[in-house]
Amino acid sequence: MSQMGRRDFLKLGALAGIATLPLSMVRIAFGKPEDDFTFAYISDSHIQHIKGNQFVRNWDMGLKRAVAETNLLVPKPDFVVFGGDLAQMGTKEELDHGAELLSALKYKTYHVMGEHDYYLDLGKYWEKLFGPQWYSFDHKGVHFVVLNSILTTDEWTFKRWPTAEQRMAEMAGLDNPNGSPFMVGEAQRKWLKEDLAKVAKTTPIVVFSHSPIQKIFKNWNFWTDDAEQVQALLKPFQKVSVVYGHVHQIQYNQIGNISFNSVMATAWPWPYPQSYVLADSHLPVLTVPMNRADPFFERDATGWQYINTRTGRLALNYELPNNTKRQVAFNAKTGKPQDMAYQDKKNRILPQDHY
Amino acid sequence: MKKILGILAFVVLAAPPAFADEFTKADMDRWQKEFDAAAKLGRKLWVNDGPVKLGTNGVACAQCHPNGANTHPETYPKFQKQLGKVAQMWEMVNWCIRNPLEGKNLAADSNEMTALLAYANSERKGVKLAPGKH
Repeated sequence: MSQMGRRDFLKLGALAGIATLPLSMVRIAFGKPEDDFTFAYISDSHIQHIKGNQFVRNWDMGLKRAVAETNLLVPKPDFVVFGGDLAQMGTKEELDHGAELLSALKYKTYHVMGEHDYYLDLGKYWEKLFGPQWYSFDHKGVHFVVLNSILTTDEWTFKRWPTAEQRMAEMAGLDNPNGSPFMVGEAQRKWLKEDLAKVAKTTPIVVFSHSPIQKIFKNWNFWTDDAEQVQALLKPFQKVSVVYGHVHQIQYNQIGNISFNSVMATAWPWPYPQSYVLADSHLPVLTVPMNRADPFFERDATGWQYINTRTGRLALNYELPNNTKRQVAFNAKTGKPQDMAYQDKKNRILPQDHY
Repeated sequence: MKKILGILAFVVLAAPPAFADEFTKADMDRWQKEFDAAAKLGRKLWVNDGPVKLGTNGVACAQCHPNGANTHPETYPKFQKQLGKVAQMWEMVNWCIRNPLEGKNLAADSNEMTALLAYANSERKGVKLAPGKH
Protein backbone atom coordinates (compact mmCIF):
# COMPACT_ATOMS: atom_id res chain seq x y z
CA MET A 1 0.00 0.00 0.00
CA SER A 2 2.76 2.44 0.91
CA GLN A 3 4.27 2.05 -2.54
CA MET A 4 1.08 2.99 -4.34
CA GLY A 5 0.34 6.39 -5.75
CA ARG A 6 -3.06 7.95 -5.56
CA ARG A 7 -3.70 7.22 -9.24
CA ASP A 8 -3.22 3.49 -8.62
CA PHE A 9 -5.54 3.81 -5.68
CA LEU A 10 -8.22 5.33 -7.81
CA LYS A 11 -7.70 2.69 -10.49
CA LEU A 12 -8.20 -0.04 -7.94
CA GLY A 13 -11.20 1.81 -6.62
CA ALA A 14 -12.64 1.95 -10.13
CA LEU A 15 -12.06 -1.78 -10.59
CA ALA A 16 -13.85 -2.46 -7.37
CA GLY A 17 -16.71 -0.24 -8.49
CA ILE A 18 -16.40 2.18 -5.59
CA ALA A 19 -14.76 5.14 -7.30
CA THR A 20 -17.99 7.09 -7.17
CA LEU A 21 -17.41 7.78 -3.49
CA PRO A 22 -15.01 10.67 -3.17
CA LEU A 23 -13.52 9.40 0.06
CA SER A 24 -13.16 5.75 -0.81
CA MET A 25 -10.37 3.88 0.84
CA VAL A 26 -8.92 0.75 -0.60
CA ARG A 27 -7.28 -1.75 1.64
CA ILE A 28 -4.37 -3.35 -0.16
CA ALA A 29 -3.83 -6.81 1.28
CA PHE A 30 -0.28 -7.66 0.26
CA GLY A 31 0.40 -9.38 3.56
CA LYS A 32 -1.92 -10.86 6.06
CA PRO A 33 -5.18 -8.93 5.76
CA GLU A 34 -5.48 -8.76 9.52
CA ASP A 35 -2.29 -6.66 9.61
CA ASP A 36 -3.82 -3.87 7.53
CA PHE A 37 -6.18 -1.32 8.93
CA THR A 38 -6.98 2.35 8.70
CA PHE A 39 -7.75 5.05 11.19
CA ALA A 40 -8.75 8.68 10.76
CA TYR A 41 -7.01 11.67 12.34
CA ILE A 42 -8.63 15.02 13.05
CA SER A 43 -6.73 17.75 14.87
CA ASP A 44 -6.41 21.37 15.95
CA SER A 45 -9.99 22.63 15.71
CA HIS A 46 -9.44 25.56 18.10
CA ILE A 47 -13.13 25.94 18.93
CA GLN A 48 -13.34 29.55 20.10
CA HIS A 49 -16.03 30.91 22.38
CA ILE A 50 -17.32 34.44 21.73
CA LYS A 51 -20.06 34.79 24.34
CA GLY A 52 -23.25 33.02 25.41
CA ASN A 53 -23.89 30.31 22.84
CA GLN A 54 -21.77 31.99 20.12
CA PHE A 55 -18.60 30.40 18.78
CA VAL A 56 -16.33 31.47 15.90
CA ARG A 57 -18.18 30.13 12.86
CA ASN A 58 -15.09 29.55 10.72
CA TRP A 59 -13.45 27.12 13.20
CA ASP A 60 -16.77 25.35 13.89
CA MET A 61 -17.15 24.72 10.15
CA GLY A 62 -13.71 23.15 9.88
CA LEU A 63 -14.45 20.58 12.56
CA LYS A 64 -17.98 19.90 11.32
CA ARG A 65 -16.69 19.24 7.83
CA ALA A 66 -13.94 16.86 9.03
CA VAL A 67 -16.41 14.94 11.20
CA ALA A 68 -18.98 14.66 8.39
CA GLU A 69 -16.37 13.52 5.86
CA THR A 70 -14.82 11.03 8.28
CA ASN A 71 -18.24 9.47 8.76
CA LEU A 72 -18.40 8.89 4.98
CA LEU A 73 -15.18 6.87 4.81
CA VAL A 74 -15.50 3.54 3.04
CA PRO A 75 -14.32 1.12 4.29
CA LYS A 76 -14.82 2.37 7.82
CA PRO A 77 -11.74 3.31 9.81
CA ASP A 78 -11.09 1.19 12.92
CA PHE A 79 -11.01 4.32 15.07
CA VAL A 80 -10.47 8.07 15.05
CA VAL A 81 -7.80 10.10 16.83
CA PHE A 82 -8.36 13.71 17.79
CA GLY A 83 -4.89 15.25 17.95
CA GLY A 84 -5.40 18.07 20.49
CA ASP A 85 -6.27 21.78 20.60
CA LEU A 86 -9.97 21.06 20.48
CA ALA A 87 -10.43 24.40 22.30
CA GLN A 88 -8.78 27.82 21.92
CA MET A 89 -8.77 29.08 25.51
CA GLY A 90 -9.41 25.79 27.34
CA THR A 91 -12.80 26.79 28.73
CA LYS A 92 -15.62 24.43 29.68
CA GLU A 93 -17.79 26.09 27.01
CA GLU A 94 -15.24 25.42 24.26
CA LEU A 95 -14.46 21.85 25.34
CA ASP A 96 -18.16 21.04 25.70
CA HIS A 97 -18.98 22.53 22.30
CA GLY A 98 -16.06 20.70 20.68
CA ALA A 99 -17.04 17.42 22.34
CA GLU A 100 -20.59 17.90 21.08
CA LEU A 101 -19.40 18.40 17.48
CA LEU A 102 -17.13 15.34 17.81
CA SER A 103 -19.97 13.27 19.26
CA ALA A 104 -21.37 12.98 15.72
CA LEU A 105 -18.44 10.66 14.85
CA LYS A 106 -19.59 7.08 14.39
CA TYR A 107 -16.31 5.58 15.60
CA LYS A 108 -14.40 5.13 18.80
CA THR A 109 -12.31 8.26 19.28
CA TYR A 110 -8.99 8.56 21.13
CA HIS A 111 -7.93 11.98 22.39
CA VAL A 112 -4.56 13.74 22.60
CA MET A 113 -4.03 16.78 24.88
CA GLY A 114 -3.11 20.11 23.29
CA GLU A 115 -1.82 23.22 25.05
CA HIS A 116 -5.03 25.12 24.28
CA ASP A 117 -6.99 22.39 26.10
CA TYR A 118 -4.64 22.31 29.08
CA TYR A 119 -3.35 25.57 30.48
CA LEU A 120 -6.57 26.97 31.98
CA ASP A 121 -7.26 24.17 34.48
CA LEU A 122 -4.27 21.88 33.74
CA GLY A 123 -6.48 19.44 31.90
CA LYS A 124 -9.00 18.77 34.67
CA TYR A 125 -12.17 19.30 32.62
CA TRP A 126 -10.64 17.63 29.55
CA GLU A 127 -9.92 14.53 31.69
CA LYS A 128 -13.53 14.47 32.78
CA LEU A 129 -14.67 14.46 29.14
CA PHE A 130 -12.02 12.28 27.51
CA GLY A 131 -10.08 10.33 30.15
CA PRO A 132 -6.41 10.16 31.17
CA GLN A 133 -3.84 12.60 29.75
CA TRP A 134 -1.48 9.79 28.70
CA TYR A 135 -2.14 6.11 28.04
CA SER A 136 -1.46 3.24 25.67
CA PHE A 137 -3.51 0.63 23.85
CA ASP A 138 -2.98 -2.26 21.43
CA HIS A 139 -4.75 -2.69 18.13
CA LYS A 140 -4.20 -5.44 15.56
CA GLY A 141 -0.60 -6.03 16.56
CA VAL A 142 0.40 -2.36 16.88
CA HIS A 143 1.20 -0.76 20.24
CA PHE A 144 -0.21 2.79 20.37
CA VAL A 145 1.08 5.32 22.88
CA VAL A 146 -0.65 8.65 23.57
CA LEU A 147 1.53 11.30 25.24
CA ASN A 148 0.79 14.68 26.76
CA SER A 149 3.78 16.43 25.20
CA ILE A 150 2.74 20.02 25.93
CA LEU A 151 3.76 20.14 29.60
CA THR A 152 6.42 22.59 30.72
CA THR A 153 8.40 23.52 33.83
CA ASP A 154 6.72 23.64 37.26
CA GLU A 155 8.01 27.18 37.73
CA TRP A 156 6.22 28.41 34.57
CA THR A 157 3.08 26.37 35.24
CA PHE A 158 2.59 27.00 38.95
CA LYS A 159 4.53 30.11 39.97
CA ARG A 160 4.77 32.63 37.20
CA TRP A 161 1.21 33.79 36.52
CA PRO A 162 -1.24 35.45 38.90
CA THR A 163 -4.29 33.77 37.35
CA ALA A 164 -5.11 30.60 35.41
CA GLU A 165 -6.68 32.77 32.69
CA GLN A 166 -3.45 34.69 32.19
CA ARG A 167 -1.45 31.44 32.11
CA MET A 168 -3.76 30.14 29.38
CA ALA A 169 -3.56 33.39 27.40
CA GLU A 170 0.25 33.48 27.60
CA MET A 171 0.56 29.92 26.26
CA ALA A 172 -2.18 30.41 23.65
CA GLY A 173 -0.12 32.96 21.70
CA LEU A 174 2.03 30.86 19.37
CA ASP A 175 4.62 33.63 18.92
CA ASN A 176 4.37 34.96 22.47
CA PRO A 177 7.87 35.28 23.95
CA ASN A 178 6.34 34.74 27.44
CA GLY A 179 5.45 31.15 26.51
CA SER A 180 7.59 28.18 27.50
CA PRO A 181 9.04 25.17 25.63
CA PHE A 182 6.89 22.05 25.61
CA MET A 183 8.11 18.88 27.26
CA VAL A 184 6.93 15.35 28.05
CA GLY A 185 8.55 15.53 31.46
CA GLU A 186 10.21 13.09 33.81
CA ALA A 187 7.10 11.45 35.27
CA GLN A 188 5.67 10.61 31.88
CA ARG A 189 9.03 9.41 30.52
CA LYS A 190 9.24 7.02 33.48
CA TRP A 191 5.73 5.79 32.68
CA LEU A 192 6.65 5.39 29.01
CA LYS A 193 9.75 3.36 29.88
CA GLU A 194 7.65 0.99 32.01
CA ASP A 195 4.90 0.79 29.41
CA LEU A 196 7.37 -0.08 26.62
CA ALA A 197 9.18 -2.65 28.78
CA LYS A 198 6.20 -4.97 28.30
CA VAL A 199 6.31 -4.69 24.49
CA ALA A 200 8.35 -6.92 22.14
CA LYS A 201 11.00 -5.02 20.17
CA THR A 202 9.47 -6.33 16.93
CA THR A 203 6.04 -4.86 17.72
CA PRO A 204 5.34 -1.71 15.69
CA ILE A 205 5.00 1.36 17.93
CA VAL A 206 2.86 4.37 16.97
CA VAL A 207 3.07 7.44 19.22
CA PHE A 208 0.47 10.23 19.16
CA SER A 209 1.56 13.56 20.61
CA HIS A 210 0.42 17.12 20.13
CA SER A 211 3.84 18.70 19.67
CA PRO A 212 6.49 17.17 17.42
CA ILE A 213 8.83 14.92 19.45
CA GLN A 214 11.66 16.62 17.55
CA LYS A 215 13.13 20.12 17.46
CA ILE A 216 12.09 22.25 14.48
CA PHE A 217 11.40 25.84 15.58
CA LYS A 218 11.52 26.89 19.21
CA ASN A 219 9.83 30.29 18.79
CA TRP A 220 6.51 28.69 17.85
CA ASN A 221 6.95 25.55 19.96
CA PHE A 222 7.35 23.36 16.89
CA TRP A 223 9.50 21.74 19.52
CA THR A 224 9.63 19.32 22.44
CA ASP A 225 12.41 20.14 24.86
CA ASP A 226 13.09 16.55 25.97
CA ALA A 227 12.62 15.13 22.46
CA GLU A 228 15.99 13.31 22.50
CA GLN A 229 15.16 11.57 25.78
CA VAL A 230 11.80 10.36 24.44
CA GLN A 231 13.42 9.29 21.16
CA ALA A 232 15.99 7.28 23.17
CA LEU A 233 13.16 5.28 24.80
CA LEU A 234 11.76 4.49 21.33
CA LYS A 235 15.12 3.59 19.81
CA PRO A 236 15.19 -0.15 20.67
CA PHE A 237 12.07 -0.85 18.59
CA GLN A 238 12.30 -1.80 14.93
CA LYS A 239 9.33 0.19 13.65
CA VAL A 240 8.37 3.46 15.31
CA SER A 241 6.11 6.23 14.03
CA VAL A 242 5.24 9.53 15.72
CA VAL A 243 2.14 11.40 14.57
CA TYR A 244 1.72 14.96 15.82
CA GLY A 245 -0.55 17.99 15.41
CA HIS A 246 0.13 21.54 16.60
CA VAL A 247 1.97 22.73 13.46
CA HIS A 248 -1.10 23.20 11.19
CA GLN A 249 0.91 22.11 8.13
CA ILE A 250 2.38 19.06 6.41
CA GLN A 251 5.74 18.02 7.84
CA TYR A 252 7.55 14.69 7.84
CA ASN A 253 10.94 13.44 8.88
CA GLN A 254 12.98 10.35 9.69
CA ILE A 255 15.35 10.27 12.66
CA GLY A 256 17.08 6.89 13.02
CA ASN A 257 14.32 4.29 13.30
CA ILE A 258 11.58 6.85 14.00
CA SER A 259 9.27 8.22 11.30
CA PHE A 260 7.59 11.54 12.01
CA ASN A 261 4.38 12.75 10.36
CA SER A 262 2.35 15.84 11.16
CA VAL A 263 -1.37 16.24 10.57
CA MET A 264 -3.35 19.22 9.32
CA ALA A 265 -5.52 21.54 11.41
CA THR A 266 -9.22 21.85 10.69
CA ALA A 267 -9.13 25.49 11.83
CA TRP A 268 -6.41 27.48 9.98
CA PRO A 269 -2.97 26.94 8.41
CA TRP A 270 0.35 28.21 9.80
CA PRO A 271 3.27 29.63 7.88
CA TYR A 272 6.33 27.40 7.53
CA PRO A 273 8.96 28.53 10.06
CA GLN A 274 11.34 29.74 7.35
CA SER A 275 8.73 32.40 6.47
CA TYR A 276 9.80 34.19 9.66
CA VAL A 277 13.14 35.63 8.65
CA LEU A 278 14.27 37.04 12.01
CA ALA A 279 14.90 33.62 13.65
CA ASP A 280 16.60 30.36 12.67
CA SER A 281 14.47 27.27 12.09
CA HIS A 282 15.04 23.68 11.01
CA LEU A 283 12.29 22.33 8.82
CA PRO A 284 13.14 18.68 8.05
CA VAL A 285 14.73 18.59 4.58
CA LEU A 286 12.53 15.63 3.65
CA THR A 287 9.39 17.74 3.90
CA VAL A 288 7.75 18.91 0.70
CA PRO A 289 5.60 21.78 2.01
CA MET A 290 1.85 21.99 1.56
CA ASN A 291 0.58 24.57 -0.92
CA ARG A 292 0.54 28.19 0.18
CA ALA A 293 -2.88 29.12 1.48
CA ASP A 294 -5.34 31.22 -0.48
CA PRO A 295 -7.11 33.10 2.31
CA PHE A 296 -10.11 33.77 0.08
CA PHE A 297 -11.09 30.11 0.42
CA GLU A 298 -11.94 29.73 4.07
CA ARG A 299 -10.95 26.07 4.37
CA ASP A 300 -7.90 26.28 2.14
CA ALA A 301 -4.71 24.78 3.64
CA THR A 302 -6.74 23.09 6.36
CA GLY A 303 -7.84 19.47 6.37
CA TRP A 304 -7.86 16.09 8.05
CA GLN A 305 -6.43 12.70 7.18
CA TYR A 306 -6.96 8.98 7.09
CA ILE A 307 -4.02 6.77 7.78
CA ASN A 308 -3.41 3.35 6.30
CA THR A 309 -1.43 1.05 8.53
CA ARG A 310 0.28 -1.87 6.90
CA THR A 311 2.57 -4.12 8.93
CA GLY A 312 2.97 -1.27 11.34
CA ARG A 313 4.06 1.42 8.86
CA LEU A 314 1.95 4.47 8.09
CA ALA A 315 0.62 6.09 4.93
CA LEU A 316 -1.06 9.43 5.58
CA ASN A 317 -3.77 10.50 3.16
CA TYR A 318 -4.39 14.23 3.46
CA GLU A 319 -7.92 15.36 2.65
CA LEU A 320 -7.46 19.00 1.65
CA PRO A 321 -10.48 21.12 0.70
CA ASN A 322 -9.73 23.33 -2.33
CA ASN A 323 -6.43 21.56 -2.89
CA THR A 324 -5.08 18.42 -4.51
CA LYS A 325 -4.98 15.65 -1.93
CA ARG A 326 -1.57 14.52 -0.73
CA GLN A 327 -0.25 11.14 0.35
CA VAL A 328 2.87 10.78 2.48
CA ALA A 329 3.81 7.15 3.00
CA PHE A 330 6.71 5.21 4.49
CA ASN A 331 8.93 3.80 1.76
CA ALA A 332 10.42 0.49 2.94
CA LYS A 333 13.22 0.71 0.35
CA THR A 334 14.56 4.10 1.44
CA GLY A 335 13.49 3.72 5.06
CA LYS A 336 11.85 7.18 5.04
CA PRO A 337 8.43 8.71 4.57
CA GLN A 338 7.93 10.25 1.14
CA ASP A 339 5.33 12.24 -0.71
CA MET A 340 3.87 9.94 -3.35
CA ALA A 341 3.54 12.71 -5.97
CA TYR A 342 5.94 15.54 -5.17
CA GLN A 343 9.01 14.07 -3.43
CA ASP A 344 11.19 14.32 -6.53
CA LYS A 345 12.33 17.95 -6.88
CA LYS A 346 11.29 18.08 -10.54
CA ASN A 347 7.70 17.22 -9.61
CA ARG A 348 7.21 20.12 -7.21
CA ILE A 349 4.85 22.94 -8.03
CA LEU A 350 5.08 26.71 -7.55
CA PRO A 351 2.53 26.96 -4.69
CA GLN A 352 4.85 24.73 -2.59
CA ASP A 353 7.47 27.50 -2.60
CA HIS A 354 7.28 29.31 0.75
CA TYR A 355 9.33 32.41 1.46
CA MET B 1 27.53 97.07 -4.67
CA LYS B 2 29.75 94.12 -5.37
CA LYS B 3 31.14 94.44 -1.91
CA ILE B 4 27.71 94.44 -0.35
CA LEU B 5 26.67 91.30 -2.25
CA GLY B 6 29.82 89.66 -1.04
CA ILE B 7 28.96 90.43 2.55
CA LEU B 8 25.40 89.18 2.09
CA ALA B 9 26.59 85.93 0.58
CA PHE B 10 28.87 85.47 3.53
CA VAL B 11 26.05 86.04 5.97
CA VAL B 12 23.74 83.56 4.21
CA LEU B 13 26.38 80.83 4.14
CA ALA B 14 27.45 81.31 7.70
CA ALA B 15 24.00 81.40 9.29
CA PRO B 16 22.92 77.95 10.52
CA PRO B 17 19.84 76.95 8.51
CA ALA B 18 16.92 76.50 10.86
CA PHE B 19 15.03 74.15 8.56
CA ALA B 20 15.75 71.89 5.60
CA ASP B 21 17.55 68.59 5.88
CA GLU B 22 19.91 69.00 8.73
CA PHE B 23 19.26 66.62 11.59
CA THR B 24 21.06 65.17 14.54
CA LYS B 25 21.45 61.81 16.24
CA ALA B 26 18.84 62.98 18.74
CA ASP B 27 16.37 63.56 15.90
CA MET B 28 17.04 60.13 14.47
CA ASP B 29 16.56 58.50 17.85
CA ARG B 30 13.26 60.30 18.28
CA TRP B 31 12.00 59.30 14.83
CA GLN B 32 12.98 55.68 15.45
CA LYS B 33 11.15 55.83 18.78
CA GLU B 34 8.04 57.12 17.02
CA PHE B 35 8.21 54.25 14.54
CA ASP B 36 8.84 51.70 17.29
CA ALA B 37 5.81 53.02 19.19
CA ALA B 38 3.66 52.55 16.08
CA ALA B 39 5.00 49.01 15.57
CA LYS B 40 4.40 48.27 19.26
CA LEU B 41 0.80 49.41 19.00
CA GLY B 42 0.56 47.29 15.85
CA ARG B 43 1.76 44.23 17.75
CA LYS B 44 -0.85 44.86 20.47
CA LEU B 45 -3.62 45.12 17.88
CA TRP B 46 -2.17 42.04 16.12
CA VAL B 47 -2.65 39.88 19.23
CA ASN B 48 -6.03 41.41 20.12
CA ASP B 49 -4.61 43.22 23.15
CA GLY B 50 -4.87 46.79 21.83
CA PRO B 51 -6.91 49.82 22.95
CA VAL B 52 -9.52 48.98 20.29
CA LYS B 53 -10.74 45.64 18.95
CA LEU B 54 -10.32 45.11 15.21
CA GLY B 55 -12.90 42.33 14.99
CA THR B 56 -16.04 41.17 16.73
CA ASN B 57 -15.32 37.48 17.35
CA GLY B 58 -12.11 37.58 19.36
CA VAL B 59 -10.00 36.17 16.51
CA ALA B 60 -6.54 37.81 16.37
CA CYS B 61 -4.28 38.44 13.35
CA ALA B 62 -1.57 36.45 15.15
CA GLN B 63 -3.67 33.29 15.14
CA CYS B 64 -2.90 32.79 11.41
CA HIS B 65 0.14 35.11 11.15
CA PRO B 66 2.51 34.50 14.09
CA ASN B 67 5.25 37.16 14.04
CA GLY B 68 3.42 38.67 11.06
CA ALA B 69 4.64 35.75 8.94
CA ASN B 70 3.01 35.05 5.57
CA THR B 71 1.87 38.64 5.13
CA HIS B 72 4.76 39.48 2.77
CA PRO B 73 4.78 43.29 3.04
CA GLU B 74 7.77 43.36 0.68
CA THR B 75 5.58 42.21 -2.23
CA TYR B 76 3.05 45.07 -2.21
CA PRO B 77 1.62 46.64 -4.27
CA LYS B 78 0.89 43.46 -6.21
CA PHE B 79 -1.79 41.94 -8.38
CA GLN B 80 -4.24 40.25 -6.07
CA LYS B 81 -6.18 37.78 -8.18
CA GLN B 82 -9.00 37.66 -5.63
CA LEU B 83 -9.54 41.44 -5.97
CA GLY B 84 -8.80 41.48 -9.72
CA LYS B 85 -6.42 44.44 -9.46
CA VAL B 86 -3.09 45.63 -8.19
CA ALA B 87 -3.71 46.13 -4.49
CA GLN B 88 -1.92 47.63 -1.51
CA MET B 89 -1.31 45.76 1.69
CA TRP B 90 -3.87 47.76 3.67
CA GLU B 91 -6.59 46.43 1.38
CA MET B 92 -5.60 42.89 2.31
CA VAL B 93 -5.43 43.80 6.01
CA ASN B 94 -9.00 45.09 5.73
CA TRP B 95 -9.99 41.87 3.98
CA CYS B 96 -8.74 39.94 6.99
CA ILE B 97 -10.51 42.29 9.41
CA ARG B 98 -13.81 41.89 7.54
CA ASN B 99 -13.64 38.11 7.09
CA PRO B 100 -11.80 35.99 9.67
CA LEU B 101 -12.13 38.75 12.30
CA GLU B 102 -15.72 39.66 11.33
CA GLY B 103 -14.98 43.37 11.85
CA LYS B 104 -15.24 46.63 9.92
CA ASN B 105 -12.73 48.24 7.53
CA LEU B 106 -10.13 50.58 9.00
CA ALA B 107 -9.41 53.82 7.14
CA ALA B 108 -6.22 53.41 5.13
CA ASP B 109 -4.58 56.32 6.96
CA SER B 110 -5.89 55.53 10.43
CA ASN B 111 -3.44 55.20 13.32
CA GLU B 112 -4.46 51.57 13.68
CA MET B 113 -3.78 50.66 10.05
CA THR B 114 -0.45 52.49 10.17
CA ALA B 115 0.42 50.58 13.34
CA LEU B 116 -0.51 47.19 11.83
CA LEU B 117 1.60 47.87 8.74
CA ALA B 118 4.49 49.16 10.88
CA TYR B 119 4.40 45.91 12.87
CA ALA B 120 4.19 43.59 9.85
CA ASN B 121 7.06 45.43 8.15
CA SER B 122 9.21 45.41 11.28
CA GLU B 123 8.93 41.59 11.49
CA ARG B 124 10.09 41.40 7.86
CA LYS B 125 13.09 43.64 8.33
CA GLY B 126 15.99 43.04 5.95
CA VAL B 127 14.00 41.25 3.25
CA LYS B 128 14.56 42.70 -0.22
CA LEU B 129 11.71 44.61 -1.78
CA ALA B 130 9.93 42.45 -4.34
CA PRO B 131 6.97 44.54 -5.55
CA GLY B 132 4.49 42.53 -7.56
CA LYS B 133 5.84 39.15 -6.44
CA HIS B 134 3.31 36.44 -5.78
